[in-house]
Amino acid sequence: MADSLFSQLVGLSAGVLLLSAVFLVWRRTQSGSIRLLSLQGVALATLVALIGVHKANLETFAVALLVLFLKGVLLPVLLTRSALRQGEGRDTPFINPTAALLLVALLAVLAYVVSRPLAILGSGPAIQVIPVGMTLVLIGFLLLATGRHAIAQLVGFLVLDNGIATVAFLTAGGVPLVVELGVLVDVLLVVLILRVLTGRIRDAYGATDLDDLTELRG
Amino acid sequence: MKTGAVLISLLQIIVMILLTPFLIGLMRQVRNRLEGRVGPGVGQPWRDLRKLFAKEPLRAPGTSWIQAGGPVLLMVSSLSVCALVPLISTVQSRLIPGDLFVVVSVLLLGTVALALVGLDAGTAFGGMGSSRHMTIAALVEPTVLVAVFALSVPIGSSALGDIVRARIADPSSIISLVSLLALVALGIATIAETSRMPVDNPATHLELTMIHEAMVLESSGRDLAWLELGSWLRLGALLGLIGSLLLPWGMATEPKPLAVLLGLAMLGAKLFVLASLLSVTEVFLAKLRLFRVPELLAGSFVLALLAVIASYILEAR
Repeated sequence: MADSLFSQLVGLSAGVLLLSAVFLVWRRTQSGSIRLLSLQGVALATLVALIGVHKANLETFAVALLVLFLKGVLLPVLLTRSALRQGEGRDTPFINPTAALLLVALLAVLAYVVSRPLAILGSGPAIQVIPVGMTLVLIGFLLLATGRHAIAQLVGFLVLDNGIATVAFLTAGGVPLVVELGVLVDVLLVVLILRVLTGRIRDAYGATDLDDLTELRG
Repeated sequence: MKTGAVLISLLQIIVMILLTPFLIGLMRQVRNRLEGRVGPGVGQPWRDLRKLFAKEPLRAPGTSWIQAGGPVLLMVSSLSVCALVPLISTVQSRLIPGDLFVVVSVLLLGTVALALVGLDAGTAFGGMGSSRHMTIAALVEPTVLVAVFALSVPIGSSALGDIVRARIADPSSIISLVSLLALVALGIATIAETSRMPVDNPATHLELTMIHEAMVLESSGRDLAWLELGSWLRLGALLGLIGSLLLPWGMATEPKPLAVLLGLAMLGAKLFVLASLLSVTEVFLAKLRLFRVPELLAGSFVLALLAVIASYILEAR
């Protein structure tokens, strides 16, 4: 693959990753969040596949397919099913969207500054877009910290995981298949467990607003 | 070269004065037809202007010279923007280049003039409109600056003519990530700056939430005509700028008569397409609640800022 085409495609998929995260902060409806998360998974899989094609590495390509299936299809489907049973349309985060968006801008600048030392280490388009992965990590933290409902926090956790995976693929050019398989299964298990947990919380308290869980009851 | 640039600036001013009232008429006509009404035709804004120019301006007792001077200042700022922004040709005079910062500050001059006119008569509506206008302006100007700055990073020059010329030379940069982010941000900023649909309803005349109309409520006759024409020219120039950045083809890179003529035709076509598109989208939009406008503008600012960061990330290699 030509180098300029490769760098342009890497830039584009990194851009989709970033934009989906920004829109996740902007629009806090549950179905919209899950669709955006699925889009983010597809973008991540595309990025991994691009790296695989560029390095002519079949193993990375297999990882891309795995990521596509798990993060693009399976996790969103699981989340949609638990969101449907829950029937809460909209998260009401702790800070309003304007402040959250401005925070995203700050976090993006911070991520760019923080990843400067990494960018100097290597060259090439994959190294250059590391700040995008860092931004995803920070936005994931933001979503986790400001979300009020269990599903919203779960979405934040998955964005965080996407960010970590993005940085891992961009810096190391992919980890061995076994390790990646372990990480993905780990995430899947976490989501399954949290799904059961939210189901239990809802059965016990009628909603998954985690603010209601701050006081002890005898 | 020098006289050519001056002549092209003059030509841009004349063409924009002739064209923008028809542009506004076109937008109103498209909206009317889509809503199932006949509409007054595209020439109506010109007829309104002719009527207003023939009328004597009535000024309320207690108003100052601002009531007469503000409209002229707005008009001057709009005409300067029309001259500075590359619309027909990328050729620019060396003396006053169409620099990004110059254009934004001249735009801001017009915004301030309009807000002062709204405040001058001391009515409740005027004050409300001016305060909202300044709030929006304070959010929009940084977005415009940052968005065009993102486009200027890869070229290394903040002159709008150079940016457009680089885009003619390398059309693939138009669909790059930086350019798309910046153009979306610039589009939202333009809509807010010119009081179009999701931010302000241009068709309203007496509503509590109106912005532009609240400021011009106390003006009449010639004053109102200048205010209206000045605001229309701003919209025309900003739409033209987006057109030049998005579809730079056909613009004259040399001050030759034939190229300028082609640029002129392309400008008309671009403005026609963009104005129709804007009008069609406006039909499907409802006005945003005033308190949610900052959310929209913050979103556009974040997009512009991400464009700048992305331009540094992607150009650093």
